[in-house]
Amino acid sequence: MAYQIVVCGSLVPDPLQTLEPVSTPNGPGLKNETMLPSVLDPWAACALYEAAHLAESVAGSKVYLVSLGPKAKLQQLMMSVAQKVPFELVAVDGSASGFTDAALVAEALAGAIQSIPGLDKNNLLVFGGCASASRDAGVTLQLVCERLGIRDFFMGVDEFKVNADGSFSVLERMEGGCYQTSTCKGAPAVIGWATGSLPEPPNNPRVGMANMRLVMPALMKAKPAPQIGVGGIAYAAAEVPAQKRDTRVVKDMSTDDIAKEIVEWLGK
Amino acid sequence: MNLIVLLHTQTDGSLPKAAFEAVTAAKQLNTPFAVGILGANAKAACDQLADAGATAYYAAEGDALAQPRYATDVAAAVALVKAAGADVVVAPQTLRFARALPGAAYRIGAAVDTHVGSLTAEGDALRVQRWFYRQRILGSFTRSARPWVLLVDAGIFEPFTAGAGAANATVVDAGITAEDERTTVTGVQAPSADGQTIRPDAKLLFVAGAGWTKKQGDGNMHLDEAAATITGFLAKSGASLGSSKSLVDMPEAAKVFSFMSHMNQVGQTGSTPRHPKGLATCCHGEEPHVVGWRFINERRAVNTDPNCGWAQGKADVVYVADAFEVMAKVNALMGQ
Repeated sequence: MAYQIVVCGSLVPDPLQTLEPVSTPNGPGLKNETMLPSVLDPWAACALYEAAHLAESVAGSKVYLVSLGPKAKLQQLMMSVAQKVPFELVAVDGSASGFTDAALVAEALAGAIQSIPGLDKNNLLVFGGCASASRDAGVTLQLVCERLGIRDFFMGVDEFKVNADGSFSVLERMEGGCYQTSTCKGAPAVIGWATGSLPEPPNNPRVGMANMRLVMPALMKAKPAPQIGVGGIAYAAAEVPAQKRDTRVVKDMSTDDIAKEIVEWLGK
Repeated sequence: MNLIVLLHTQTDGSLPKAAFEAVTAAKQLNTPFAVGILGANAKAACDQLADAGATAYYAAEGDALAQPRYATDVAAAVALVKAAGADVVVAPQTLRFARALPGAAYRIGAAVDTHVGSLTAEGDALRVQRWFYRQRILGSFTRSARPWVLLVDAGIFEPFTAGAGAANATVVDAGITAEDERTTVTGVQAPSADGQTIRPDAKLLFVAGAGWTKKQGDGNMHLDEAAATITGFLAKSGASLGSSKSLVDMPEAAKVFSFMSHMNQVGQTGSTPRHPKGLATCCHGEEPHVVGWRFINERRAVNTDPNCGWAQGKADVVYVADAFEVMAKVNALMGQ
């Protein structure tokens, strides 16, 4: 069975950037947010690579990337992401802030998925990261799942295997470093990926060229989603707590003495 | 406020530690609350909380709910909340509930917030604190919308000390359909007791960084020695093992460090565990990694670079030394 694999993945600030919260008329935001370099959300990136791998192994399958963010920033992001794996972009032009309400984001994403021409729910797999690096709530995919009327959702997935009868098996992360193993009768399903098992693909200019032919029209057609904001959340504060510690730097102690001090500290 | 503490049992019918912590979270709100439990032997599990002071107990159980599965858990959670007529739900942030309760919230028209780190009542209002941008910005907020589902992070509240009794729980029909059982949970893959390096209840988080795989003074890598030193320390100390992304992504490390996987990764794209103490060795890097020990109380590091971002201003003590030598000595001392 060929799958339509829809990956939900948005942009987040490059993790190496220092983030400083500021107040805006629409709730908390980040200082110089529009100028901060962005990357594809790391767990969503894992989902995208896994989707491309699955599409490669199941003939006739196709990958869509549904991405919500300011159009200009999405365009920048696509310059790098489009070189990784083949996909068709479905862009939604709205805030990618971590302070927005997940319910509003899910509504926009579900609407974008439903607008994909020729979408067949029976072949549909919705992939995404198990949480974002911005809101980090881990709820958006479940809300998309419910809005699409899908009954099967898996979270923290590191492995997805299609079986000969069309069913699939998944490994979901559990507490304490264990995996829960499950088998589902088949699509449709929503999969919230953890890191998976694939490395980041190298840049492939040929893939990039093919993707970019569709990326620019998709960005032109991006539906505005002005409703995405903090919704019903009334923020009282958003701050970086002062956590600087007075670090004692021990430079001239012998290895024996360091080891002794560590063992004593562990025993306290 | 009409509050329910929503819990689940484990496959053996017991309640996880996080469930007792969620009870404490609810009790400190000083408002009457009900308890709802789903899963295997849920009715019996209500008896474990008979002296918690709840106004009512509800249970959803049966073969279908013995499996931790999204669709059936959502159906049961919805049934329990409706049975209690609750407009605020406090639940533990276990993986089972993190998966299911957002879906349940959607079906009851509720707002949902996860990873709650602080929960206080101000009259009828609830104030919540949680982290944004992967433990880098702390937000404090309220919502006027009801119902409201709140998942409380583990390790924040002291577990409620339960006394058993008869809770006389009302059993609720979850209304599960065949469509809800398209997924079958087939089991759990767990490493052997010796091979388990993720120990949430450990007093110490031992973080191994990519420095363990670098060429040493003799110009060679010492991966086998590194593996033996790390596993030796874990065995002696009972510590939980964390790792930097750069180490778990390294193909050379994957071959030798079989006791370590992406599940050990802490930081921006890993976990942020809570332990009383943390010892980082051979780690380097800045903010993305440091978030991995945001919730570690006492922190020490062994590093050859005194200005390393893991340590300066983040650790209480940084030992400028060779971690191979230091940890070998530590192992020797702990073996005595």
